[in-house]
Amino acid sequence: MRTTTRVLKYELHNVRRSRAVLVYTVLLFLLTDVLFRFGGDGARVVISLLNVVLLLVPLVSVVFGTMYVYGAREFTELLLAQPVGRGSLFTGLYLGLALPLAGAFLAGIGIPFLIHARPAPALWGPLAMLLTAGLLLTLVFTAVAMLLAIRFDDRAKGLGGAILIWLACAVLYDGVILLVITMFRQYPLERPVLALTLLNPIDLGRVLLLLQFDTAALMGYTGAVFERFFGTSAGRVTVLGVLLVQATVPLLLANRVFRRKDF
Amino acid sequence: MTAPVAPAPAVEFRALSKRFGRLTALDAVDVRVATGRVTALVGPNGAGKSTLIKCLLGLVRPDGGQILLDGAALDGGWEYRRGIGYMPQAPRFPDNLTGREVVEMLRDLRRGLAPADVELLEWFAESGALDRPVRVLSGGTRQKLNAAIAFLFQPRLLILDEPTAGLDPVASGTLKDKIRRVRDDGVTVLLSSHLMAELEELAEDLIFLVDGAVRYAGPLAGLKERTGEAGLERAMAAVLKRGHA
Repeated sequence: MRTTTRVLKYELHNVRRSRAVLVYTVLLFLLTDVLFRFGGDGARVVISLLNVVLLLVPLVSVVFGTMYVYGAREFTELLLAQPVGRGSLFTGLYLGLALPLAGAFLAGIGIPFLIHARPAPALWGPLAMLLTAGLLLTLVFTAVAMLLAIRFDDRAKGLGGAILIWLACAVLYDGVILLVITMFRQYPLERPVLALTLLNPIDLGRVLLLLQFDTAALMGYTGAVFERFFGTSAGRVTVLGVLLVQATVPLLLANRVFRRKDF
Repeated sequence: MTAPVAPAPAVEFRALSKRFGRLTALDAVDVRVATGRVTALVGPNGAGKSTLIKCLLGLVRPDGGQILLDGAALDGGWEYRRGIGYMPQAPRFPDNLTGREVVEMLRDLRRGLAPADVELLEWFAESGALDRPVRVLSGGTRQKLNAAIAFLFQPRLLILDEPTAGLDPVASGTLKDKIRRVRDDGVTVLLSSHLMAELEELAEDLIFLVDGAVRYAGPLAGLKERTGEAGLERAMAAVLKRGHA
C-alpha cells in the first residue's frame, strides 16, 4: 500500500506535467466556456456536452492511456528491479494514469459551470450525471488501455486495438444494434436491445444522460421501456454498477497479465 | 602457497530454463556467480544473457529450475531485491521528471534502508543535470544517472548491463574505477558487455553463454589457457569454433 502511494506520487508528477493532459483540460474548458457564451442556459450546455463526453472522453482515455503505459515501459522495468511488488506497482501505474485524466475532465467541464451557472439548483442533477458518466467512462477506457498496452508488446498492435475498441463502442456498436432491429423487426426487441445496450459503456453513458431530460419521450415505445428500466433509481444504480464492472473486469485482467508477464 | 578457499557463491542458477514460444532462451543453465568477484556474462547476441539477468531480477519468470541467492531460493517474493543494484541497458526514465526526482522516488521506495552511496550521484550532479527533465539529457548523462541509481543503495550484488555504453572515455574510466572499488569492498558484480577490453580489465570470472547453454564458466584466465589464445575475443571465437571449451 505504501509502495503504491510512493509510485503514484511520482507517476502523478510525471503525467501532470505532460502536455497532452494539459491540452485536454484546456480543450474541455474552452469548449464548455464557449457553449455557455453562445448557448446560454446550463441545461442546453449539458446536452451539447453529451456527445463530447461520450466520444472524446473514451477516445482520449484509451489512446492517451495506451501511449502512457508504453512510454512508461522501460521505467516500469527499472521499478520492477527495485524491491517493489508487482501488485502495488500495477495499482500505482493505473491510478497515476486514471486520476490525472479524471481530474482533467472534472476541472475542464466543472470550472466553467461554476463560473457561469452557479446559482441553478435545477442543473445540479444533470451536471452531476454528466460528470459521473465522464468519470466512469474515463475509468473504463483507461482500464482497457492498461490491458491492451500490457498484453501486447507491439505498440502498433496496442494502439491499433485501442482505436478499434473506441470505434467499435462509439460507432460500430450502434450500427449493429440497428441491424439487429431491422433484421428482427417482427419480434418484440425491447428487452434484447436493452440487454445489448448494457454491454456498451458509451451507450450506457448516453442512456444515463438522456434520461435526465424528457427526451426519452421522443423515443416511442422503446423509449418507454428504457424509461421504465433506466428511469428508476434502481435502474440508474444498475447502470452505474454495470459501468463499474466494465472498468473492473479489464483492470483485473490487466493485473493478471502484468503479474505473469516477462519483461 | 595453499590454494585459496573458494568463496561461497552469491548467486547460483540451478537447471534454469526459459522458453519464449518456440525459442529456447535458457536451456537448463547450471552456473554460479562467486561472492566478491566481478563475473563477466558474455555470449553472442541472443545467447540468453539478458534473459538470465532478468530471471535473477524477477523480471522474467523461468519455466523451470531455481535461483539461489546466498543459499536461499527465490520464491517470487520481492524483498531480496533490496540487496541488488541494477543498471539496465539503455534505460528510459519518465520524460517529465528531473534526475533529482527520479532519485528521490527510488529513495522513497527503499526508505529506511542502508545509507546511500552518493559518490556517483555527485558525479552525475557535476554535469549540472540534476534539475533538468531527463528527456533533455544526452545519452551519456542519462547513463551516469543510471549508474548513480544502481550504486546508490550500497547493494551487495550489482548487475550491470553494458555499463559504459554511451560514456566518454573519462566517464567510462570513472565508472570502472568505482566498480573495482566496490568489488574490493566485497560486492559481487555481474557484468554483461560487448567490450572485450573492458571485460579483461575488470572481470575475474567468466560465464560464456551460447544458445541458452553455458559453454564455459570459470576464471577468465582459465579460458585463455585452455584455448591457448592470448586475447579474450580470440579465446571466445576458438570456443565457438570448437563447440566446447
